[in-house]
Amino acid sequence: MIPKELKYTEKHEWVLVKDKTATVGITDYAQKSLGDITYVQLPEAGKALKQFGEMGVVESVKAASDIYSPVSGTVKEANSALSDAPEAINKDAYGAGWICKLENVNEADLGNLLSAEKYEELVKKLETE
Amino acid sequence: MKLIFEKGVPDRVGAKLPKSDVPVSSKIPEKYVRKEDAQLPEVSELEAMRHYTELSRRNFGVDTNFYPLGSCTMKYNPKIDEEVSRYQGFVELHPLLPQLRHGGMLTQGALQVIYNTERLLSEIAGMAEFTMQPLAGAHGELTGTMIIAAYHKDKGNKKTKIIVPDSSHGTNPASAAICGYSIVSVPSNSDGVIDYDEFLKVLDNEVAAVMLTCPNTLGLFEPQIKKIAQKLHEVDGLMYCDGANMNAILGKVRPGDIGFDLMHINLHKTFATPHGGGGPGAGPVGVVEKLKKYLPISLVVKRNDGTYALEYDRPSSIGFIAPFYGNFGVILKAYCYILMLGKEGLIRVSENAVLNANYIKEKLKNYYQIAYDKTCMHECVFSGSRQIKNGVHTVDIAKRLIDYGFHPPTIYFPLIVKEAIMIEPTETETKEALDEFISAMIKISEEAQTQPELVKNSPTTTPVSRLDEVSAAKDMDLCYKL
Repeated sequence: MIPKELKYTEKHEWVLVKDKTATVGITDYAQKSLGDITYVQLPEAGKALKQFGEMGVVESVKAASDIYSPVSGTVKEANSALSDAPEAINKDAYGAGWICKLENVNEADLGNLLSAEKYEELVKKLETE
Repeated sequence: MKLIFEKGVPDRVGAKLPKSDVPVSSKIPEKYVRKEDAQLPEVSELEAMRHYTELSRRNFGVDTNFYPLGSCTMKYNPKIDEEVSRYQGFVELHPLLPQLRHGGMLTQGALQVIYNTERLLSEIAGMAEFTMQPLAGAHGELTGTMIIAAYHKDKGNKKTKIIVPDSSHGTNPASAAICGYSIVSVPSNSDGVIDYDEFLKVLDNEVAAVMLTCPNTLGLFEPQIKKIAQKLHEVDGLMYCDGANMNAILGKVRPGDIGFDLMHINLHKTFATPHGGGGPGAGPVGVVEKLKKYLPISLVVKRNDGTYALEYDRPSSIGFIAPFYGNFGVILKAYCYILMLGKEGLIRVSENAVLNANYIKEKLKNYYQIAYDKTCMHECVFSGSRQIKNGVHTVDIAKRLIDYGFHPPTIYFPLIVKEAIMIEPTETETKEALDEFISAMIKISEEAQTQPELVKNSPTTTPVSRLDEVSAAKDMDLCYKL
């Protein structure tokens, strides 16, 4: 299930922007491809991020992958619960598995992202490859 | 099986120690004196013997089974190399001896081994000179990146980044980052090699170097190296070759001839010295003429009178990167290996390594999705994507191989191939061994359809079954509480 209200990147991050604050995470497809997640390197609060710039790292039993910020903004808070329980991403990628919240978001950045429909097409294409 | 500490009974001894004939010193400071007895295993000699023999029987290595770990070149390590490396004249040498006054004359043999190996590698790679100092492949990369930085500093170049293709070894970007460069990644095209147009897009005056793994981690030879080198040299960038996959091109291509400026070679891969827990590595770095002066110290030089000496007087050198002279024992084994095979033998090494990989690729491509269907070099990359529909993943295929007596190939690498399975048979396997492996892989592909649960729950024949990799990564506990 790909939530309709979110926007997506081609690198499998999602973002929800509300009142100039963005919540960011990785998609359910990303967590499935990675397998059991063992560690998340979270961005520090106050850090300025660029759209599509590196935001953190997620490690699974298979690989370590960079996480890219879907929009520009400043890190307001990171989901510290993931430090002890990174498996929250596996269990609930679009909910409890959120990675960080950004403020001072540039809403124009959303135009560069995929809609839920477009992202669904991308995932389908990848799954049949 | 029980640990040695869990065996035996109190006061049982397996060794008879002679009575101490020196008085027990009372000068040991109180804080260092043991308050309670050391907790040593209390077993008989036979119990100890059985324990360690049992452990050794559970050991898995290239001496016991086929070990097709991709990009690791787990070839057989000839035992003559071990024998030579144990010659008394070598093992009893003190590493400080050549640095003492007149000590060099007592270590001519060892110095000659380092010098000759350096000359042979220079000839094999088409480089002007090698440093034999780096102690591992990644250490070689770091040394190489430091040389790159020294070169640009010397020339007053303002360089900030290093280009690394996405088919490189994972350590390449790490080495570049440690030297303060930012990493620019270039994607592969649909043929599995660098996308030349994408490369041109990221090339500018701030590019210090391109680090290419050649052949790349897809087991493919980059066809555009000369073009890339030419463009890079126009902005005074340097071409670095990660030579970890050199086993595919010995006597066929010399990196120095096609535009590379510096490279490292993994002696523990290409030149058959033990690795993977069996011994330390060595990652000598070779450079072209213009970079010679930056090589680390010391270097072994040959004097006009034919004797060998250590040279430290190199003002532009990046300095010391390792104690003494590199992993001497490893260098010695590689030297022995090169001499035993000779020029023709080394060429046959690569020819057979490539032939074996292509044989496996052709035999398995009807059963597993091939990542890039073209002639490969020393390793071939499949994807477990066809097996996924039955819920069987690459990791399950790898684990099932253990039940058939094979070490799993490299999996989930390279990252650009989904569910990657990377097989490198090396030249030392016979056709019969390859056929056995191939038939096991075919059987597993059938099992993935007919009995997926069997594959998913493998291995079942090992002392411990499927390990909990998540807990192993997250909650490591390596201490046994005494």
